[in-house]
Amino acid sequence: MVHGEVWTLKELFVYPNEYIYWSIQIVMYPFMTGLVAGAFVLSSLYHVFGIKQLKEMARFALVFSFALLFAAPMPIVLHLQFPFRGINVFMTPHFTSAIAAFGIVFFTYGAIVASELWFLYRKHFVEIALPLKQKQDKSLFEWIKFLIFCALTLGEYNIDEESLKRDEKAIKILAGLGIPVACFLHGYAGFIFGSVKANALWMTPLMPVIFIMSAIVSGIALCMLTYIVTMEIRKLIFARKKTPYQVFQSKEEIKGVEINVIQMTARYLLFFLIFAISLELLDLIFRGYTAVKSWDVLRSVIYGKDFIDIFILQYGIGNLVPFILFLMPGLTIRRAVLGVILVLFGVFMMRWNVVIGGQAFSLSFAGYMHYHMPIIPHDWDTFKEGLGGALSIFIMPFVLFWIISKLFPVFEYKESH
Amino acid sequence: MKNHVYRPLIVVLCLIGLILIARIFYVPKDFGVHERGYMYGWYREGNTEDWTKVAVKYQGEDYCKGCHPDKYDSIMKTPHAIIQCENCHGPAIEHPSNPQKLAIDKSRAQCLRCHASLPYPTSGRAKIRGIDPEKHNPDIECVMCHNPHKPSLEGLK
Amino acid sequence: MINRRDFLKNTVKGIAGITLSLSAIEIIDPQKIFADKTDKSKVRWVFLVDTYKCVGCGFCVKACKQENEIPYDANVTRTWVERYVITKDGKFFADTPKGARDGFITGKIDLGQGKFQDIKKEDIDKAFFVPKLCNQCENPPCVQVCPVGATYQAPDGVVLVDRKWCIGCGYCIMGCPYGVRFFHPVYHTAEKCNFCYHRITKGLKTACVQACPFGARQIGNIKDPNDPVTKIIMTERVGILKEEYGTKPQVYYIGLDKEVK
Repeated sequence: MVHGEVWTLKELFVYPNEYIYWSIQIVMYPFMTGLVAGAFVLSSLYHVFGIKQLKEMARFALVFSFALLFAAPMPIVLHLQFPFRGINVFMTPHFTSAIAAFGIVFFTYGAIVASELWFLYRKHFVEIALPLKQKQDKSLFEWIKFLIFCALTLGEYNIDEESLKRDEKAIKILAGLGIPVACFLHGYAGFIFGSVKANALWMTPLMPVIFIMSAIVSGIALCMLTYIVTMEIRKLIFARKKTPYQVFQSKEEIKGVEINVIQMTARYLLFFLIFAISLELLDLIFRGYTAVKSWDVLRSVIYGKDFIDIFILQYGIGNLVPFILFLMPGLTIRRAVLGVILVLFGVFMMRWNVVIGGQAFSLSFAGYMHYHMPIIPHDWDTFKEGLGGALSIFIMPFVLFWIISKLFPVFEYKESH
Repeated sequence: MKNHVYRPLIVVLCLIGLILIARIFYVPKDFGVHERGYMYGWYREGNTEDWTKVAVKYQGEDYCKGCHPDKYDSIMKTPHAIIQCENCHGPAIEHPSNPQKLAIDKSRAQCLRCHASLPYPTSGRAKIRGIDPEKHNPDIECVMCHNPHKPSLEGLK
Repeated sequence: MINRRDFLKNTVKGIAGITLSLSAIEIIDPQKIFADKTDKSKVRWVFLVDTYKCVGCGFCVKACKQENEIPYDANVTRTWVERYVITKDGKFFADTPKGARDGFITGKIDLGQGKFQDIKKEDIDKAFFVPKLCNQCENPPCVQVCPVGATYQAPDGVVLVDRKWCIGCGYCIMGCPYGVRFFHPVYHTAEKCNFCYHRITKGLKTACVQACPFGARQIGNIKDPNDPVTKIIMTERVGILKEEYGTKPQVYYIGLDKEVK
């Protein structure tokens, strides 16, 4: 069977070679890179602009963004017919292609996040590595730990006042530098679609900007969600142990900090959400008003075949409902959770409607294609380009976050600078 | 570089260096910018050569004529002269050495490609003598009565 | 005497310096790009389709699939034939069942999903067939978007795919406005019509041109003023497909209609 044939249903006049070649993994790809970019921008709001209320969130968002960073290229790698040839993008990059920039942008961004994390946690590494270095008879476990942290210090053990000041300065510069790079990372994901002139739905210069805005929205939402979950777990631990837990003295104190952070972050979420929706509506109105050749088929897709996906699921449940939830006074944790889950869903549906919706009509403008996502896989292809593959990609950053937070403690770590 | 601030930068530079070294070994020597410039001509030159080496399967009627001049001459006198031998007899690539390889298509569907009547104005199809496949002896093969090498009605078996 | 740290540092600097200065950095050599703007090659392959002559027999598709080793029963094809039927009440119908590999043997239009539309002879205003194949564009958008340089335009204008280098991202498939590209069912790399490159470079016609009994398809060299195809393109009224995309397609059509998609 031809690649794509399993999940594509054709209707009316479709060219013989047309199938939905870009399926669920390509939906996941901008969704995941969007989360990366959003999480980073959130953390930079504190480091660069000094928004104090986000202090608690900033460190967390940065580590989470690092975890997401490793998961972000996975969908595109899984989607390749030859995943191991993916290295060719680094070896013979063809920069007239938006995908070729991926290697460089991704690497630059990764380097910035990793460096920023290094400066943020350098003191922590030294504090662990130094005592181990002096210890005479290390056990095997201690040897491994020592080697890891020794490597992480990059051979620099100086943590006096002056050097820590330099760290702080470096963090600020990197965080500032990181914002445009993060936006570029995701804006270019939008460019991958926006620059395809063959696709009537994708081709618009607004695409990268729309992608960046919704990326920041989704990144903030995911950080809020993960933050709430971790705080709730800590409350549970606290309730069980009944002893002061790390920096916090009481359960009420955790609660107070939590709702405060969430309310602050929610404001920024709303701000970017308004931006994202305005741009998307502008695009839609403009297409209808100018009504070029492709508008007939686009209209039949947007207002007909994909009406539920676009107007009910994306704009209604994904944008309008959380908008109202956050605007109502007296935001509670429970409402915030519901709100951010709906926002995440809304952004996912936006990616879906762009990627799948863009392939819902034929290049002939006289036929349609319907995507049926493989739920139960019967071979490797239907697994990776189906529900299983998408879920694995979605779970991946959480697993990575758990592993990475062993090296970069997010909550237990006391503020040093 | 006394300042520790530059250490991450050194790590990054080393990584870039590694990638650049890897390129030397990984990328074929003939990969580069060719006639059409970087936008359209960035490729491995040897590949053009690879494509020219694909085996030719359809040899053309002149090739068939070499061994079967009688058949060739006779069909040249009929309206079917315009049809290549290999359109029905299959590609001749292994034919002289392995005669069994030729899969001759005598099916009804083969004849209907042109002779199923489709009254399409402004198309050459309307000018071809055709039948309605559902009404014209639907259950039997065309070759039971018609001789594709002598398609005129005198050729009826 | 140098200590270990300085030694390591210098080594790193040295390696970085050497590699940077080496040819490794040569991703683009500007001189090569700009120097080669003048076209030295004497060949530019183009194609000419006369839609008046096409009868929709599909012999071209059959020959193409066998000549170019595209699995015969796979629902993809390098070339195909479309049928257009416009009825008296202004309705538009088009189909290409199996890419017309078996020709058009019924008047019923294939609407997809197992549905067919019967059209009465009296209702037809105009109806015709249009063969399609890769346009070997002068500005191929598929080549522009390939991230690794696995697809490219050969000096004679034909766009080829390097099966050893293609990563299978599908960007070129999405980038082609004509829908000529697909993933090869066996090699899993991007695949497309290449004007039977192995034939035209040997002086043969493409398989589809040879197989066409009606002369609806012709291939020629636009740089040769005596080529019959060149003469037709230069002296007669010919059209191209989807020129609004700015791809400068090099498959010319006689008898194109506004309804042709």
